[in-house]
Amino acid sequence: MSDAEIIGLSAAEAAREITAGELAAGELFEAYRARAAEHASGSGLNCFTWVAPGAPAEPSLGGDGAPGTQGRALPGVPLAVKDLFCTEGVPSQSGSKILEGYEPPYTATAVSRLIEAGVVLLGKTNQDEFAMGSSNENSAYGPVLNPWNRKRVPGGSSGGSAAAVAAGLAPWALGTDTGGSIRQPAALCGIVGLKPTYGAVSRYGMIAFASSLDQAGPLTRDVTDAALMLRHLVGRDECDATSLSFPEEIVLPRAERLDGIRLGVPKELTSDSNVGDGEGIERGVLDAFGAALRRAEELGAEIVESVRLPHAPHALAAYYVLAPAEASSNLARFDGARYGLRAEDAKDLLDMYTRTRHDGFGAEVKRRIMLGTYALSSGYYDAYYGRAQRVRTKIAEDFAAAFEQVDLIVTPTAPTVAFKLGEKTEDPLAMYLNDFCTVPMSLAGIPAISIPCGLSEGLPVGLQIAGPAFSENRLLDAAHALELALGFDGSGARA
Amino acid sequence: MTEFEPVIGLEIHVQLKTKTKMFCGCELSFGDPPNTHTCPVCLGLPGSLPVANARAVHFGLMIGMALDSELAPRSIFHRKNYFYPDLPKGYQISQYDEPLCLGGKLGGVRIHRVHLEEDAAKLIHVGASGRIQGSEESVVDFNRGGTPLAEIVTEPDLSTSEQAGEWLRLLRTTLRQLGVSDVNMEEGSLRCDANISLRPSGTSELGTKTELKNMNSFRFIERGICAEIARQEATLQAGGRVMQETLHFDPASGAITSLRSKEEAHDYRYFPEPDLVPVAIEQAMLGAARAAMVELPANRAERFEKEVGLTAESAVQLAFRGELGDFFEAALLAGVDVAAQTLANWVTVELAGRLEDDPANALVTPQALAELAGLVASKQVSVGAGRQVLDRLMAEGGDPMEIVEAEGLAALDGEGDELAAIVAAALEANADAAERVRGGNAKAIGPIVGYVMRETKGRADGGEVTRLVNEQLGI
Repeated sequence: MSDAEIIGLSAAEAAREITAGELAAGELFEAYRARAAEHASGSGLNCFTWVAPGAPAEPSLGGDGAPGTQGRALPGVPLAVKDLFCTEGVPSQSGSKILEGYEPPYTATAVSRLIEAGVVLLGKTNQDEFAMGSSNENSAYGPVLNPWNRKRVPGGSSGGSAAAVAAGLAPWALGTDTGGSIRQPAALCGIVGLKPTYGAVSRYGMIAFASSLDQAGPLTRDVTDAALMLRHLVGRDECDATSLSFPEEIVLPRAERLDGIRLGVPKELTSDSNVGDGEGIERGVLDAFGAALRRAEELGAEIVESVRLPHAPHALAAYYVLAPAEASSNLARFDGARYGLRAEDAKDLLDMYTRTRHDGFGAEVKRRIMLGTYALSSGYYDAYYGRAQRVRTKIAEDFAAAFEQVDLIVTPTAPTVAFKLGEKTEDPLAMYLNDFCTVPMSLAGIPAISIPCGLSEGLPVGLQIAGPAFSENRLLDAAHALELALGFDGSGARA
Repeated sequence: MTEFEPVIGLEIHVQLKTKTKMFCGCELSFGDPPNTHTCPVCLGLPGSLPVANARAVHFGLMIGMALDSELAPRSIFHRKNYFYPDLPKGYQISQYDEPLCLGGKLGGVRIHRVHLEEDAAKLIHVGASGRIQGSEESVVDFNRGGTPLAEIVTEPDLSTSEQAGEWLRLLRTTLRQLGVSDVNMEEGSLRCDANISLRPSGTSELGTKTELKNMNSFRFIERGICAEIARQEATLQAGGRVMQETLHFDPASGAITSLRSKEEAHDYRYFPEPDLVPVAIEQAMLGAARAAMVELPANRAERFEKEVGLTAESAVQLAFRGELGDFFEAALLAGVDVAAQTLANWVTVELAGRLEDDPANALVTPQALAELAGLVASKQVSVGAGRQVLDRLMAEGGDPMEIVEAEGLAALDGEGDELAAIVAAALEANADAAERVRGGNAKAIGPIVGYVMRETKGRADGGEVTRLVNEQLGI
């Protein structure tokens, strides 16, 4: 097989070829490794912060000591992993200078489950520092460029993962989503991104941003690959008290029709006028979204426009209290005492703490630590954290009520297509609005998938489908049927 | 001059004797090489997550039951945020407004609450001061970090340092009986802070309190509280005001120094720990805790008094030092015909006076002590000889009767000639005393009895000797 043919395979196809003996795992790995290395550490698209030096020796591929990956579900399929997943002996820096060169002594559960299924670690992908950002411009290791247009951002915070998959530098990637960090970059890069139900995938070994929201999930070229990866990710983990056992097996989606499926289109998240201060969802995005809805109708779906999420417009405000509050506590451990950066020649303990954190954290991280610290302060807790929690409850109740009326909810994934590098870096609030459509589902803990549904200004537009907790199989089926019907062509991003 | 009365409440931290730490699988240890019982979780490494130790919850429920607390059907963990090198995550996982146990009572002191949390690591400061200020460097041993703690908070129901010490001993015995902790103050498995305030006698409004931290022995607690009461009283008598602050008592100098004032108090930014799920107490957990409950000191004292027939004093002595109570009960079951109170006296006076640590580790067995008490009670061995036998039992163990025979310690028979002859010799050697006794001075018998005891190596029974003396003097 030529390199172009190899790179053309989806993860599921590559696994099949290897199992059938048509493709050598080493050949597959080397084809990707070479491409990934061209876009690492400041060169090319800057997708990777670390790329495997070579294919791992065949007998040690498995995590459990069993020889080789043959006979496994995903034999030798390379995997790109977001930097914030701990990988034993491999830099895991979460996009931050404060963890520069940090090599954990253990591997995150999500990664080790995939390794047990046969995947091999291709590299670690660039991201916004501690997953805080929507453009990947907050990385201490430089911005990632959008493969559709290198003057544009790839979205964030899993920007390196999304761009790598879109550009064909990895068959697929593992990312994390706190308020949209899988779905939004997937949308801006024209690939599939799935945020599972909160608790479906173990968080053990994910360098935390906001614990009650963080979820690992797949970034893939198609819906089938997303289902395939998810199948090996889900399950209760004794090391994560908030993880849950998935009530059913994840099956590969087969649906080609949407007959009888009621798709809710809440006006709160699909309007051109009520995002932030009147700046609505972009016209071109709404056009592509509208076209996708018409295809859904043709496939037999019922479009329900009367469904309401009355508290959804408050989701962003609540999110930017809750997530920073948790982050301010989660990031307290980066104090220079045990690992990572430590300021030299400190006068005393406080000076060491202060200078380490001053030097080690970027501006956005500092901003959120300050926001969160303030929100949790004595005298302000009820007004901010307490009230935001009540909004969160209301939003979850909104979704529960909506799912009485419809099967799934559809919205655009992001209000705009990929924007220009630097365009929003001076305006944090404008940047935060990127997550307007994705944050409500995060607060409610429900699954949502983004699939590409067309182009606007030559850039991909994402369609988000959300369902009740643990409805991933139905979500994937609906996404699969739409994917087939829409026939999105992602080849414009191949580097 | 205004009279003041102290108002004292205690906060006790108890290390729970679980196999593993509060939120990870590392084994608990004491005295092992530093940093040999650690993992990503208790080191606070990036990405690690806590999982609550079910055994610690079980112990917490037992403590709540022992203290007659209300057990919350649902409680949650909070994060208590502050920076310190002994706190690797930058926060301590503790409980805040929804603790495991609320209210309760022990020995007349009301309990405010009991909650679970994790212990900090151990800081060792290198340098002359021994404290972080002015130390050359500080090193951290994470072996202790993450050890499960139960924090027990009392209402301010105590009013003297002695009372505080006495109550703390009762609590310690209670916890030891439960088997939930080693309750060893020197090793830090039992730690006590005291909240102290003064108010004019007879008034009910509480004065400004200070918090006296981490006193690591019963003696220091009593001395520290005394010193702080004296300090506050002097301040108030001089017309000054007590400031709310956290204090450190230096047992060596007796000095009390301020650790931080109210203005410097931390804002801990408590919020619910999102990495843990609420602790929901199911019936099975309550059942398991109830099944694991043992008889508590207060109940045991009552049983010793009412059912076993001991004096109130003996009952409390045996019950509040549970290890003595255990020894006593085992001796009682030995099947020796001896009154329970007599046996109790042997345990609380003779045995307790000779013990250095737990009687369970002593060479003398409950069976042997019961037999010895029986020999003395039946006058086969005199009290003095009985004490010698106990000394031997403590040193070497063994069978009391064998020791008596081997050492020739059997009581001298008053009917026999041997004792009569020794008494006669005693009268001869103490002719003056004999004369005074004959003259009606009963107390003068002392030197005569003493002579007999020396001659018989204590084998003679005191009463029998007196009888023979009187008989030979024709009284």
